[in-house]
Amino acid sequence: MLKNRLILPGLIWISLFLLIPCVIVFTYSFFERGVYGGIEYSFNLDNYARSFKWTYFKILLTSGQIAFLAAFISVVIGFPAAYCITKANPKYQILLLFFMMLPFWSNYLIRTYSWMVLLNNQGLINNLLIYIGLIDEPIRLLYTKFSVVVGLIYNYLPFVILSIFASLSSMNKEIIEASEDLGGSFFDNLFRVIIPLSLPGILAGFIFVFVLSIGNFITPDLLGGGKFLMIGNLIYDQFLSARDWPFGASLSLILVTIMLSLLFIQSLILTRKKL
Amino acid sequence: MRKLNIIAVSFMLFVWGTAKAELVVSNWDGYSPADIMETFEATTGFKGEMSFHATNEEIMGKVVASKGAGYDVLFVSSPFAEALNELGLLATINHSKIPNMKNLDSWSMNLDFDLGNQFQVPYAWGTTGICYRSDLVSEAPTSWNHLLNPPLDLHGKVTMLSTDRWLLSAGMLSLGFSVNETDPAKLGMVKDVLISAKQNLLSYDDTTFYSKLVSGEAAMAHAWDGWCNYATWENPDVKFVVPSEGSDLWVDTMVILRGSENMDAAHAFINYILDENIGAWTIENILYKTPNKVAMEKTIPGLVDSFPNMGYSAQYLSSMETLKDVGDATKLYATTVADILAD
Repeated sequence: MLKNRLILPGLIWISLFLLIPCVIVFTYSFFERGVYGGIEYSFNLDNYARSFKWTYFKILLTSGQIAFLAAFISVVIGFPAAYCITKANPKYQILLLFFMMLPFWSNYLIRTYSWMVLLNNQGLINNLLIYIGLIDEPIRLLYTKFSVVVGLIYNYLPFVILSIFASLSSMNKEIIEASEDLGGSFFDNLFRVIIPLSLPGILAGFIFVFVLSIGNFITPDLLGGGKFLMIGNLIYDQFLSARDWPFGASLSLILVTIMLSLLFIQSLILTRKKL
Repeated sequence: MRKLNIIAVSFMLFVWGTAKAELVVSNWDGYSPADIMETFEATTGFKGEMSFHATNEEIMGKVVASKGAGYDVLFVSSPFAEALNELGLLATINHSKIPNMKNLDSWSMNLDFDLGNQFQVPYAWGTTGICYRSDLVSEAPTSWNHLLNPPLDLHGKVTMLSTDRWLLSAGMLSLGFSVNETDPAKLGMVKDVLISAKQNLLSYDDTTFYSKLVSGEAAMAHAWDGWCNYATWENPDVKFVVPSEGSDLWVDTMVILRGSENMDAAHAFINYILDENIGAWTIENILYKTPNKVAMEKTIPGLVDSFPNMGYSAQYLSSMETLKDVGDATKLYATTVADILAD
């Protein structure tokens, strides 16, 4: 009885400030925008039809592609990093983790802006490459899909490293020793024992980056130059510039459904693993 | 529990009370002196607070959603002032409370979207064109097509404005259409032109294109005339041109919301802005032209050599097509822009 009561404040808070506002926004998706941006309460499914038009659906696919790339590369970089930290002298592990987390002490926007300084045509990377003679003319690094993926990876990598580190360091060392004793090579150990056992951490990191990246609108706006939209930018535009709240709401509902499905699948995989 | 209620209610009344007493103005950041509310209070005794909006659409969204509550005076571009008026959200301006109206140039009392300044008072005006580095382009741009279809060596060195009205008007003017075009077939053609222009762009940029021009990352930028002056200020090689097909006349205006409970303060604020010294500040610090004839006469002679577009006469500007509210076609504009940016 007491346990149920204690959950009530949290439940009320989430209902009032998360569930109910979401439901309100989603009901907007069934109406249409008024002439000057208000809501006209005439029920229709036009917004959903429009969301699946190729122009907009393509944005969803592009966002998924960029988010997948960012998540995948984050894991590919993050796993060796986390592995090395677990293998390091315990004295230095905290220090290494600290350095890895240090960028987070600055603001997200500042980190993103600093990539603009690095990547632009007059930027540090181009100047360095010209200086050492690898190229003559600056190469276009900024305002491309490449710069957006780089920005996303940079901002979310520490989460992946932490998540995988947590998974690796809580692993039972005896299982790895057993594998080595049985004659397993380094790669055998890695791919057949360590990675499968640390899958919860890897998966958590991957989905974390994917979900945050697909809805991200700051990085694509700043590092993408506004030239290609991700779904987050499209929704942001609909609510702020185009003031077409119903259309923005329908896009949001589609996006949230995708994200929730992914989280659901993740929890399914994790529960199966435990069994 | 009772004590908590009393505290809560008194707090709310206190907040509501102080909120009522203050004039709330919304403007673009940097578009008026940073200390204007302090000097306004020192001069008139009315307390006020300044809030900022980044775009017209942002303040429109807030004000339409709240039916005008929470704000007293807004700085908005004229099509949006017209839209707010259509929605019945604006108060009629009481000219007797604004003696400084006499400082305004006569043309600005007869703008075709609001003859006699019934619901708005003009603040600044100008046109849009191409802001470019004369030393980085092989030939000076003269047409909108130079922006939309730049020569090969300028691919990836062009920026365009992305706010609805101005993004679309670049395409409309290049095709010879009106900047207030509402024919869906013509807008379809504009959309195609702008989508193909997108691939040659460095990026869309409304606010920092001048620093891209100064650094050389961009060679041509779609720009408002006053904003181009920020680039010219740092690099005199930056020049501004109004393309041969013509351009739009935009007017940024001040409006008072009908639901405002601070009518006297609101009118006093507008009167204060129209003072010749504030007008001079606007011209000298943000390098925009204003309809304040007295302020213009004081300051333009010193600026026109370095910033030629400050010398555009009222006749020249009035010959351009004024940006007007397009009514029902506003939705079509929004979807067209969404399609262009999404492609």
